Amino acid sequence: MRMFKAVGLLALLAIAIAFPLVFPNPAVTTIALFALMFAAAASGWNIFSGYTGYIALGHAVYFGLGAYALAIMCQDWHIPGGYLPFLLVPVAGLVAAAFAIPLGWISLRVRRHTFVVITIAVFFIFQLLAFNLTQITNGSIGLGFPIPIDWFGNVNNFPFYNFPFYYVTLAILLLAIAISWWVRNSKYGLGLLAIRDDEDRALGLGVKTGPSKLAAFVISAFIVGMVGATWAYYVEAIYPDTAFDALFDVAIALMAFLGGLGTISGPILGALLLESTQQYFALQLVSPGYYLIAYGALFLVVMLLLPRGIIPTLNERWAKFKVTRLQRQQDSGAIVTALPTPGDGAENVDRKEEINL
Amino acid sequence: MFLKLSNIHAGYDGGDVLKGIGLTVEQGTTTCIVGPNGAGKSTVLRVLSGLLKPRLGEIFFNGRSIVGLTPRQILALGIVQVPQSHSLFPSMSVRENVRLGAYMLHDAALVEQRLHEVEEMFPVVKTRARDKAGNLSGGQQRLVEFARCLMLDPRLIMLDEPSMGLDPRTFKQVIETIKVMQSSGRTIILVEQNVRTGLSLATNGIVMESGRVRLEGSHTDILNNPEIGRLYLGGTLSNA
Repeated sequence: MRMFKAVGLLALLAIAIAFPLVFPNPAVTTIALFALMFAAAASGWNIFSGYTGYIALGHAVYFGLGAYALAIMCQDWHIPGGYLPFLLVPVAGLVAAAFAIPLGWISLRVRRHTFVVITIAVFFIFQLLAFNLTQITNGSIGLGFPIPIDWFGNVNNFPFYNFPFYYVTLAILLLAIAISWWVRNSKYGLGLLAIRDDEDRALGLGVKTGPSKLAAFVISAFIVGMVGATWAYYVEAIYPDTAFDALFDVAIALMAFLGGLGTISGPILGALLLESTQQYFALQLVSPGYYLIAYGALFLVVMLLLPRGIIPTLNERWAKFKVTRLQRQQDSGAIVTALPTPGDGAENVDRKEEINL
Repeated sequence: MFLKLSNIHAGYDGGDVLKGIGLTVEQGTTTCIVGPNGAGKSTVLRVLSGLLKPRLGEIFFNGRSIVGLTPRQILALGIVQVPQSHSLFPSMSVRENVRLGAYMLHDAALVEQRLHEVEEMFPVVKTRARDKAGNLSGGQQRLVEFARCLMLDPRLIMLDEPSMGLDPRTFKQVIETIKVMQSSGRTIILVEQNVRTGLSLATNGIVMESGRVRLEGSHTDILNNPEIGRLYLGGTLSNA
């Protein structure tokens, strides 16, 4: 089973690497690029919100900070277009993470619902700052980037323009997955999950709840900041309302909920499904806004049928199927050494799947 | 003196629940605290765990003052509590719950060794390892809670109403487990509503009423005290 999973993951990685080479159409690679960006952002968000149960609706702050950090570095250090700005993407992520330390320290002094309100308030403060700190952000005029070049040194040369962005975003996504996997399988992650279930009990068992939550918050801000920087370089110009966009917060939360909050693969699956569908509808349905109807309808259907998210629901159904199959084998006289209890057994199988996914 | 509480005043927003209690516990003994609802039995355990800071008074554990220490620091001293209500993390697996008991330990090999030991002692930890803890029966959850508290190899175990809500079979299992803990020389403080069961397990007994210690002595002294019955029938102890 483990071998099967490893081969499956390698196959997925190979598909992700080969995708723009097989489908070089710019429309397709643009959809893929945005889907990867949101997958990385949702995965980063999930490291904090999914594992601790604290729903943050202000991560657009770190997306915007990453975007502005890269723009300001490129502008002030006279960075030319090309690959050099990509090397500064981790620095932009670190800037976002540095801001997350005091902001997280303040907002994590409260719990759950109050925390959600605080994160929204922080978001609006930063959007207003981006509009008003004109000396730094250029206000509503925004900031521009040097023009990117493709693999071959050409400026804005379609269809290869998207390629470097695609692979840089894929690298950020892989980093987010690796961190998410490590957190989920480490002692540190065990503490985060305990906080999600009952913070006071976790404290009573020796979990350093405050530092643990803050560390997860900062890690997620780092990843979202890197995504923001990559996005900003791709769109070539940023403005306060596009870099600090409230819809971004809603989108990544919805993606994680749709795929399965607190799982490794759920937010990625949710992002790939929602973002690619949204982009597709936006391209197909010419009238602006129509795609939102189709997008909303699809979301409602999925939430009605899979309220816990896709990955947990599928795991649960697979586990129930296995229990039923075992019971049938037992009824037909086959030797069964360990039969899971219905219901409990379903969770039994579910748990392992959930950890590894 | 292994554990000594002197003149402890502690409570919640509404005022003091403990009104100057003092008690001593010797190493290797089992002390059962009994008393009516609202006497402050569970609050004593919360104070000892560091979850509630006393307003006044001193607590000495092995000669060291532990007032003001964080729950983590108190755990590090080897004082663990199994709380009254179901205290497992319901959406986490049984094994994860038990591993959390050793969260303070940094030696992975030692954690594995302890896990193996508690699996031997509590088969449910092994047989239901991957099940979500919330899916276990109340009795099974109690046993997993015991297993979790043993992961730290504690010096003082505090059990808050371990028999509450258990079916007779699981109740017997829980009692047997407490006896095993006693035989391994651990010091136990037991809070129990079931006076006869609690005191029959203990070496010493403490009767609390309205945040004060009203009687203290060997378990037979307490069991044979005629006023115990009156207390549990709704009366109050006369001031001796």
